[in-house]
Formats: sequence, structure tokens, C-alpha cells
Amino acid sequence: MTAPVTVYVPRDSAALSVGADQVAKELERAAARVGRPIRLIRNGSRGMLWLEPLVEVVTERGRVGYGPVESSRVGDLVAAGLFDGADHDLCQGVVDQLPWLREQTRLCFARVGVTDPLSPEDYLAHGGLLGLRRALELPAADVVAEVTESGLRGRGGAGFPAGIKWKTVADTPGPLKFVCCNADEGDSGTFADRMLMEGDPFTLIEGMTIAARAVGAQEGYIYIRSEYPDAVRTMRRAIDVARAEGWLGADILGSGLRFDLFVRVGAGAYICGEETAMLESLEGKRGMVRAKPPIPAITGLFGKPTVVNNVLTLASVPAILADGAAAYRDLGVERSRGTQVFQLAGNIARGGIFETAFGMNLRELIHRYGGGTLSGRPVRAVQVGGPLGAYLPESGLDLPLEYEAFVAAGAMLGHGGIVVFDDTVDMAAMARFAMEFCAEESCGKCTPCRVGAVRGVEVIDRIVAGQDPDGNLALLNDLCELMTEGSLCAMGGLTPMPVRSALLHFPDDFTAR
Amino acid sequence: MDSPGASMAARVRALVAAHRGDRGALLPILHRIQAEFGYVDPDLVPLLAVELNLSRADVHGVITFYTDFRSGPAGRALVRLCRAEACQSVGAEQLVAHAEQVLGIKVGQTTPDGSVTLEQVFCLGNCALGPAGQINERVQGRLTPARLEALMVEAVHS
Ligand SMILES: Cc1cc2nc3c(=O)[nH]c(=O)nc-3n(C[C@H](O)[C@H](O)[C@H](O)COP(=O)(O)O)c2cc1C
Ligand code: SF4
Ligand code: FES
Repeated sequence: MTAPVTVYVPRDSAALSVGADQVAKELERAAARVGRPIRLIRNGSRGMLWLEPLVEVVTERGRVGYGPVESSRVGDLVAAGLFDGADHDLCQGVVDQLPWLREQTRLCFARVGVTDPLSPEDYLAHGGLLGLRRALELPAADVVAEVTESGLRGRGGAGFPAGIKWKTVADTPGPLKFVCCNADEGDSGTFADRMLMEGDPFTLIEGMTIAARAVGAQEGYIYIRSEYPDAVRTMRRAIDVARAEGWLGADILGSGLRFDLFVRVGAGAYICGEETAMLESLEGKRGMVRAKPPIPAITGLFGKPTVVNNVLTLASVPAILADGAAAYRDLGVERSRGTQVFQLAGNIARGGIFETAFGMNLRELIHRYGGGTLSGRPVRAVQVGGPLGAYLPESGLDLPLEYEAFVAAGAMLGHGGIVVFDDTVDMAAMARFAMEFCAEESCGKCTPCRVGAVRGVEVIDRIVAGQDPDGNLALLNDLCELMTEGSLCAMGGLTPMPVRSALLHFPDDFTAR
Repeated sequence: MDSPGASMAARVRALVAAHRGDRGALLPILHRIQAEFGYVDPDLVPLLAVELNLSRADVHGVITFYTDFRSGPAGRALVRLCRAEACQSVGAEQLVAHAEQVLGIKVGQTTPDGSVTLEQVFCLGNCALGPAGQINERVQGRLTPARLEALMVEAVHS
């Protein structure tokens, strides 16, 4: 009998959303029909989402990819010799050699799409646990120092240096400390946290364990939004596997380190991505933002010293420990060091994950890699950094992807989501939506945000209806000013960013029609 | 109904007991209740308050803060369409309008025959394959009016 051929079909929910399960079923059926034994592995996604479902077949040349595969075409593909990596109009060639992947620098996403997400053997075979093993050999303070020296900044939006936060927690004495992972990922245009949790959950577990080792924490929580049921399931299963392997629990890797991890699920509130609202929610309360100080690093979950970091921040840590701070620091520009996992989304021909060192030009990323719009129409506007991020006009895309350059341009990099719009977009409608979203998702604690956003919607409606446009534009500006200055958190404080950038760059859209 | 059925109350007590050792157990318990019964009966508030040693106002406040927890059952097919920016850029609003038209209901409503509940959601993490939606937990991408209708029919009859 011939040795079984190994076939990969992603289990990532983006791949499932376009039929990956049906494709997997059809492949098994077709293999049985032609009498060809196959070993089917459900991997994460490679992040080339326009090619999903992307089927990969292991050949002597490497893993040959076919995509996007519809289940109705599986029979035809198998007849054409898919199991031997034969040519076909859907054949993309050897996946690792595709320029789109080859030209990335994948540290955080090194294993996503490559391995079986829940196989501990795969994890070890692809460099898993090297970072944790090194962290266990070093004094805790040196682990913190390594992260500080790497230049790693928080990937959740604010870009706060991770090492400084860790040092505060490490220096705050206490018998009980926590590590909390913010996996609320509510920003439109972002999906990297989800793909990492579904595609390589052990990396997040390893990163959190290193954080626990560094700061002296015993318990960790991963707060995942309820919109991500697949990520919740995968993360829970991965934690069970990790416990069974001795990667979590009372004596991690025989080092004496005790750390355990739990998944908690959000319940449909965007504001719970704000770290203090997340802590309230983890405590079983309403997700109301807390006033700072005190900061979570000192008075966090249940009042204990707590590390709160985004998924990608924590998932970047294993590589930093494994390869050393210098290797990470050597990547990137200025005060943005290492790599960022960019997410190309919206009206884009080739959307997906593009992990690269900070500094790449935004226009190049959108046009050269993203292939411009999906509709084929001209790009008109791009929103970077989620619903609280600025809208940039086509003419403003020559920006290096780097924290400070974005701030200087009146924008923000945020969680690295890039949403492209073509020339059919109505920017007054997008500005209105920003206010509407804020009104909908405000926690309600402060008036400028709670009431200001509702007023904002009304004022924009009056402007586009042509009612006293000058007076109402002035009013909108005052409102934005008030929200920026008077809000407790960035929900109310940054909602003016998309609104004002839309007004600044697309004033014609706000005239009566 | 002024108090939840005896069997529901007993089951809820068991769920509370199962989460007794958890920190911040209220949210996990509410999720379990909704997973089992399809909604969180407002009449459970006093019971949860007693069992968890919280005030009724606290329990009520938590349930109403989070949009996930529904006070009554949803339709056989729960259809949630994404209306966030990335999906808007590829026609989410037109898709929502189409769904409202074919179902004869507005977002937030259930068809009179109880077959479909239509809801809006802001981002499902499928922003490169929009317009996205979620039908009974399964995320769908590249939704067209025709594909959405087919999926809804399938969900109602499954
Ligand atoms: C309204 C609002 C929503 C946020 N949503 C998220 C989120 O979904 N995920 C996240 O990691 N950070 C989010 N943040 C940022 C967090 O408050 C916090 O800065 C972050 O979790 C810290 O981790 P980091 O330093 O690793 O980025 C949000 C902030 C605000 C104001
Ligand atoms: S700005 Fe808005 S979301 Fe933030 S604390 Fe105030 S009311 Fe809550
Ligand atoms: S914006 Fe619709 S899935 Fe993210």
C-alpha cells in the first residue's frame, strides 16, 4: 500500500466561513473513491484569506497549495492529480515560496497555518517552548529586562512598553498576582488575535507563562469575546493539552514554577476591551471603566497586581526569549521595534495577515501586497487602528507603519487593522457611524461620551440635511473637543478621531445632497 | 410566570454549584444558563442573587449590561449580520436591508412564526472576507443576498 499523503485544510473560522469543512469532507470522500490513503490535518490559516479554503498537499517539492477551493471542485481537482501536487488552474505552487508569504517576517505567526494547532509534538518540532525554557533558566528580573530591551510595545492599541509594565508588577509585592490576556479584539478590521488563538494557541500559553515567571504570578485569565466561539474552544482544549504535558500546573517543565490558566468569555460589549472594564468583567461585574490611577499593574484583578497585555504582545514574547532581545530590537524603526502583525481588511483584493518589521510604507502594503480594492475601483479612504482610528485619504498613504509617524499624521496604528474603502464610500456616513458606535458601546460612566455621541449623530444628520451647516459644523467641532478633553477613556476620547479626519479630508461629503 | 419552573431552578442551582470555586463566577454562570435554555429568564435574578450572595440589583445590572444575554428565546435561526466598518466597505448595509426586506422584520426582531431572529453585530473577526455574518454560531463570509437566504433556509430546517 502507498504511504498516505498528508493534506492540510484549515480549521480557522475565516476558512470555515467560506466552506473549509465541506472541502475537507469532500477530500476524504474523493480519496476513498480513488483508493488513495490520506492523512488530513486541520491547520490554522496561512493568513492569505483570499485563497481560503486553501488546501495544501505535502509533496517532495514542499507543501503545494490550491485555492480558493470550493467543495464542488474537489472531484475535479483530485482527478487532475491534487494528491500528487499536480498543476491546475487553482494551484498556487509551493506555499512557502509565494512572495506574499516569503516577504513577511513571521515571528508571532511563525507556526500559524504551518502546524496542527493542538499537537504538542508539532509545537516542539517547530521551536515551541524554547523561550519558556530559557526564561526558566534566567533570574526573573532578567526575563523582565530581556522584554524591556527588546523594545516590545503593547499591541492592543496604546503601545505602552511591555517590559515597563512587567517591571511594575514584578516590583509590587503580593502573595497573589495575575496575568490577564486581553483577547476582546473588538476593532473592526482586526482578526490576528483570533487567528493566533485558533492557529497556534500554545504560543499564547507559553507567552503568558513567561510573563507569570517574570512577575511572580500564579494565575492567568484569557478574556475572549463571545463572537469567537472557535477560538474559545481551541484555547480551552490547548490549555487541557498543556496541563497534561506539564506545560501548565504545579510544576511547569519540572522547574517548580506554578501557574495555571483559565478562559473567560465576554458577552458582547466592545468597552470590555478597555483593560479596566475587562478586569471588572472578569470579576463578574458590569464592564464599567475604572478611573486610573490606580493602575492595573498595582491594583488590578480583584485588587491584585496584574499584567494586562494583548494576545499579540504576549505571543511575541516566546520568540524574544528564544532568540534574545537584540534580534528583536534589530527589526523595525525608531521607537517601533520588532514586527507588527498587520491585518488587511475591508474592500481589499488580497486580505489577510501580513507580519513585517515596523516601517513598511502603508501604500506599498495596500497596493503591492493587498492588490488594491476588491471591487477594482480606486481606493478612496483607509481606516487604520479600528473604529477609534483616523481615516486617511488616498493621498495620505505614504506613511511608514510606525507608532510615532502615525501620531504625527493625526492617526494611530492601534492593533494593526487596515480597512480599505473604495470611491463609493460616503464619509459623512462613516463619521456618523463612528458617533453611533460610540453611543451604542459607551459604558455610560461619563457624560461627554454617553451624551456627546448621541448629540454627535444628530448634529451630523443636520449637517448633511443642509440645516445651518456652518453653525452645526461649529457645534460638531465643539462636541469633538469636549469628548476629547472630557472623557475618562479612549472610547469617548478618540471617537472624534475618525469624525474629524473624515471632516478634514473629505469635506465635500458633508454638504447637503 | 412569576417564578421560573422548578426544574429550571434546580438546574440553575446545579450550575452555580459547578462554578462555586471560580473567581467572578456570575458571567460564566450566565453563559451556561443561556447555552442551556437559550435565554436568561429575568425571573432567575432573585435565585442567582441568593445563591451568589449578591444584591438583585447587581445581578440585574450585569445581565442587562451585556447585549449577549437575551430575556426570551430567539428564533430557530439566530442570524447576526456584521455592520462594522470593514463589512460596510463591501456592502454590509445593503445586505442588512435585504435581510430585513425578505424577512419582513427589522434588526433586533424575530419573525412572527419564530423561525428567524435578526440581529446586528460589530465585527466577527472575518473582516477580510466580508460581508460577514453568524448563523447559529457558525461564521459565514462573502455573504451575498442569495447565499444568505440559502443559509437561513438551511438553518431554519436543520
Ligand atoms: C474602548 C477600548 C477598547 C479596547 N479594546 C481592546 C481590545 O479589544 N484588545 C486589546 O488588547 N486592547 C484593547 N484596548 C486597549 C487596552 O485598554 C489596553 O491598553 C491593552 O489591553 C493593554 O495591553 P498591551 O499593552 O499589550 O497592548 C482597548 C482600549 C479602549 C479604550
Ligand atoms: S469615555 Fe465612554 S466608555 Fe470611556 S469611561 Fe467614559 S462613558 Fe465609559
Ligand atoms: S468588520 Fe465585519 S467581520 Fe470584522
